[in-house]
Amino acid sequence: MGAAEAAETLRVAERAEVGEALGAAGQVRAGVRAYRMIAAMWIRSTMAYRASFAMAVFGNFAATGLDFVGILLMFSHVDALGGYTLPEVAFLYGTAGAAFGLSDLVMGSMDRLGSRVRDGTLDTLLVRPVPVLAQIAADRFALRRLGRITQGLLVLGYALVVLDIEWTPLKVLMVPMMILSGAVIFASVFVAGAAFQFWAQDASQVQNSFTYGGVTLLQYPPTVFAKDLVRGVTFVLPLAFVNWLPALYVLGRPYPLDLPFWLAFLPPLVAGVCCPLAGAAWRMGLRSYRSTGS
Amino acid sequence: MRLYAVVAAGGFRRHATYRVATAAGVFTNTVFGFILAYTFTALWDERPQLGGYDLSQALTYVWLGQALLMTAALMGGGLESELMERIRTGDIAIDLCRPADLQLFWLAGDLGRAAFHLLGRGVVPMAVGALAFDLALPADPFVWVAFLVAVALGVVVSFAIRFLVALSAFWLLDGAGVAQITWLVGLFFSGMVLPLTVFPGGLGTLAQALPWSALLQIPADVFLGKHTGWGLVRAYGFQLGWAALLLTAGRLLQSVATRRVVVQGG
Repeated sequence: MGAAEAAETLRVAERAEVGEALGAAGQVRAGVRAYRMIAAMWIRSTMAYRASFAMAVFGNFAATGLDFVGILLMFSHVDALGGYTLPEVAFLYGTAGAAFGLSDLVMGSMDRLGSRVRDGTLDTLLVRPVPVLAQIAADRFALRRLGRITQGLLVLGYALVVLDIEWTPLKVLMVPMMILSGAVIFASVFVAGAAFQFWAQDASQVQNSFTYGGVTLLQYPPTVFAKDLVRGVTFVLPLAFVNWLPALYVLGRPYPLDLPFWLAFLPPLVAGVCCPLAGAAWRMGLRSYRSTGS
Repeated sequence: MRLYAVVAAGGFRRHATYRVATAAGVFTNTVFGFILAYTFTALWDERPQLGGYDLSQALTYVWLGQALLMTAALMGGGLESELMERIRTGDIAIDLCRPADLQLFWLAGDLGRAAFHLLGRGVVPMAVGALAFDLALPADPFVWVAFLVAVALGVVVSFAIRFLVALSAFWLLDGAGVAQITWLVGLFFSGMVLPLTVFPGGLGTLAQALPWSALLQIPADVFLGKHTGWGLVRAYGFQLGWAALLLTAGRLLQSVATRRVVVQGG
């Protein structure tokens, strides 16, 4: 073992000790603080090219906007898709879009982990006295992703204005609840996907199937899809809890699977279970990491 | 000419190196293919014959879209970001010193990339789609050949657009915004979201006249047997016309841009 390598091992060990001394809550606090600092740095760096940033925000807004234009085009030919009207689909679209946009803003950089493992720059992050997860998540923090959130919220706003729903306090509460829990569920998928990249470095695309693919899926009513697919995203990868189950309750629609109605209230619980699972996957991935070395 | 053949082969090999990434990409294309196939099924259930396609043709369109997504670089290829980075860092000076034409050099590399993506990223999703759904695959081998020609022409048009986008970095330095907006417009007007024949009225006419329709809509229509005889010649003519126009524009912009290059340092 070379001297430099030994020193590195020592510093990694030290970092772990510092982490343990802080305790779990302290570590989370340290992580959040580091995240904020790194994100602020990237925002300043982005602002160096203002014209490009403005175009990128607009592009991000329009990217998802065109998605919705596609749905509008579909509805220029039909009155209902899978039995759902345009405002109902817009409600699904808006909730899924806002939830995903939020987690994309905070965690969207996680899919760069694979390239960092490949080119060895992950080592630099390991020797800093800051949680690696925070560093990776805040890496190249992209403020332009606000465009996606804005677009999702606008469509949601349109749906809420047009929809004829008998609002109860519970239903009103469920809208922010599903956006926040949905964002946490998607964030867990981002973290778990990144953990997977410790093994399959070049496979960051696989993650896209579950993140971008997931949000595309959730924009449409569950009645459109095959039952097996709906079962898969309900029981295996719980994406249905992002918006399908709670939103269908708000809309007063039956879920295509025969499930008890109170499942609609579970998103916060599901999100709460997803987080430690994703965290465990992340720690497993990080522990198994072996630098290429030279 | 030999030089460009070598560059094209290099482009093919370069992308073929990343096997795991290719497998991951195939997986993603397949997942999206399934999601879109179900939404298209719901749409065509309500409106059979929408856009002149029956259900099985519409489903074929979905899977062709997934197969050509990378080939025709509908979501942008590596070209823009790589060329832009070279312009920003000044590495472009080295490219300009090479005894090769800048535009042809990158075109050759991009054709090699497209050939790999057609084989590596296109065949498997298409096969999975054909197994899972009832697709309208052409029986006539001539149609397959005509399709491949249309795909190749589409790739050239796609390259010509992306080359223009990349050159914008000579003025903007950070061209990420322009690149993103172009790929968005491209994604929409190539017919990736919905076939252009489904776009209503004037929007449909406009969309089918823009260069992006050469990327997916025309190859797909050739595959589905919508263009035969003189119709096929007209379709090729449309692709060739846009390719010539955009490549010329790229050439002009390139000559203006290279006069601006100031290489820093000694």
